Amino acid sequence: MRSTPQLWGLLVLLGAFIAAAGAAVLYIEHYGHIVTGMTNQVVWGVPHVFAIFLIVAASGALNVSSIGSVFGKQAYKPTARLSGLLAMALLIGGLAVLVLDLGRPDRLVISMTTYNFKSIFAWNMLLYTGFLGIVGAYLYAQMARGVPSFALKSIGLVAFLWRLALTTGTGSIFGWLVARPGYDAGIMAPMFIGMSFSFGLAMFMLVMIGTCTMTRRVYSVELRTRQARLLGLFVAVVLFFSGIQHLSNLYVAEHAAYERFILLEGGIYTLLFWGGQVFLGGLVPLALLFHPKLDRKKSLVVIAALLVLFGGLVQLYVILVGGQVYPMEIFPGYAVTSSFYDGTIANYTPTMREFMLGFGGIALTLAVTTLGMKFLRILPVNLSDANVDPSGLE
Amino acid sequence: MNKIVQSSEKGAEINRRGFLARAAAATLAVVPGVTLSLYGSQASAQVNAGNRWGLLIDVNKCRSDCNSCVTACSNENGWKDTGNPETDPQWIRKVDLKDLATGREVSLPMMCQHCESPPCVDVCPTGASFKRADGIVLVDKHICIGCRYCMMACPYKARSFVHEEVPEEDKTVNAPRGKGTVESCTLCVHRVDRGDIPACAIACGETGNGAILFGDLMDPNSEISIQLATYQSSALRDDLRLNPGVRYQNR
Repeated sequence: MRSTPQLWGLLVLLGAFIAAAGAAVLYIEHYGHIVTGMTNQVVWGVPHVFAIFLIVAASGALNVSSIGSVFGKQAYKPTARLSGLLAMALLIGGLAVLVLDLGRPDRLVISMTTYNFKSIFAWNMLLYTGFLGIVGAYLYAQMARGVPSFALKSIGLVAFLWRLALTTGTGSIFGWLVARPGYDAGIMAPMFIGMSFSFGLAMFMLVMIGTCTMTRRVYSVELRTRQARLLGLFVAVVLFFSGIQHLSNLYVAEHAAYERFILLEGGIYTLLFWGGQVFLGGLVPLALLFHPKLDRKKSLVVIAALLVLFGGLVQLYVILVGGQVYPMEIFPGYAVTSSFYDGTIANYTPTMREFMLGFGGIALTLAVTTLGMKFLRILPVNLSDANVDPSGLE
Repeated sequence: MNKIVQSSEKGAEINRRGFLARAAAATLAVVPGVTLSLYGSQASAQVNAGNRWGLLIDVNKCRSDCNSCVTACSNENGWKDTGNPETDPQWIRKVDLKDLATGREVSLPMMCQHCESPPCVDVCPTGASFKRADGIVLVDKHICIGCRYCMMACPYKARSFVHEEVPEEDKTVNAPRGKGTVESCTLCVHRVDRGDIPACAIACGETGNGAILFGDLMDPNSEISIQLATYQSSALRDDLRLNPGVRYQNR
């Protein structure tokens, strides 16, 4: 990638977002979490939505690489490096947000040296760091000369299996919480895998289209359209899992009140679920991605991918925050009141600082990706239709 | 230590006096640390898997307008109401209940239920949430990273996150507290380890209500075991099979 004013301008812009996030972190660490919207009722807020969104997208961004080397689709191989780089960058961005929101980020080393192996969080620390190592090795094998194809395929397979484990672990953070009616569902793990496929591919396509536009490279229309249709499939998968999640909860009488809250009476959460996640993040992208003129209009793909990402953030917001604001039912059959907000829907008003931290994570992801593309041989020289073997797509 | 201090105060001659004064100062500086570590090791030595400390709360004896257990806990452990109810810590709280079917109203104190299988301990990535051999569930303030996963996992909403700096005047040796970490009822472990009973139980007794009974669930002859064996009682969220050490009667 050449050094152009556009490139450096982009990096300066991303740097400004990262600096703003850094300032927000210092402010929060100095005064404590009292200066955020998070409370003892909503203990995980917007920073966690962004962090988990990026971590989930990370494993999904690796899909293009996996399709190329594990599933042998030749046409995907030229962009496999970008897929690996973006996957690592997304994970770095997500982890940065996650650890910088800790009450004691200065004790991060403790989380790497003191483990409780019964905790899925502890396992995730290993899954995340392992992912960075394995994808790093995968990227190196793709770029080094003389790596035998079976070795590349083997490490690609390990990376693919690892990413499935990683998203299973992330979904299980919520799936294994028995206390709250909005969580406590084994389907969270496969649903998060579906979400990772969807968010990761959407992110990959946007980065690919953006980079090709900025560097005046050609992005095969055939390949772009294929990937867009695949994204449509993933969007449908997420809608399916989400539907099953709510239907199974509706079937359990003790969770019915929670479902009534999310689906009908939850105000902003109901609006976000139906309007944000289902309509704007699901049905509209589906309509765009399966539009008959998709191959002729790049803008349709861009809008659809942006909506998928927006819908993803909204979905995670509804899962995380909606699951916490709804009170835990400690006393079934009783009207409950207390000084600690028992029995009442909690308030959560996120502050700008939390958004600054979240956007900083996205900026860090894009900065790492851009720098990686600048200094490593990541991008294909030419990805025009003429250079893409149609048989490699099948 | 007292001998040295007394000698230095009497002071026979200048040099001797100066030496003794310095020795006394040094001793005074070192002794709290030694005492703390001795106290700590004595406390650890007293943790016995043959005990399981618990509370039995008789809801019929708990008055809705009484908050003495909450005040006592706050004074004992140094957590305070700072006027920010959404973020202030509450190690113990009074919950008012109204039976939707019958209209019966009751009031009861809620605190960490000191589960036998605590979800907070299961999910804590660093092991900062832990259960002692005698059943008391605690947070190791040295290795809590402030991730709040335990708060997500606790079915009783028993834990609080310290959202702001703890004022110096609120700090007490009974319970170390710090911004950015999670905390909850310790069952007054510092009192239990010296053979005393929790502050909430004492305060409740002093009001004449006597709704909170503390004791050893493993000792069949303890008052709490006898009460549990004689009268019906229940655990909150019994469906989760966490076997809490806090039980409720007449709920």
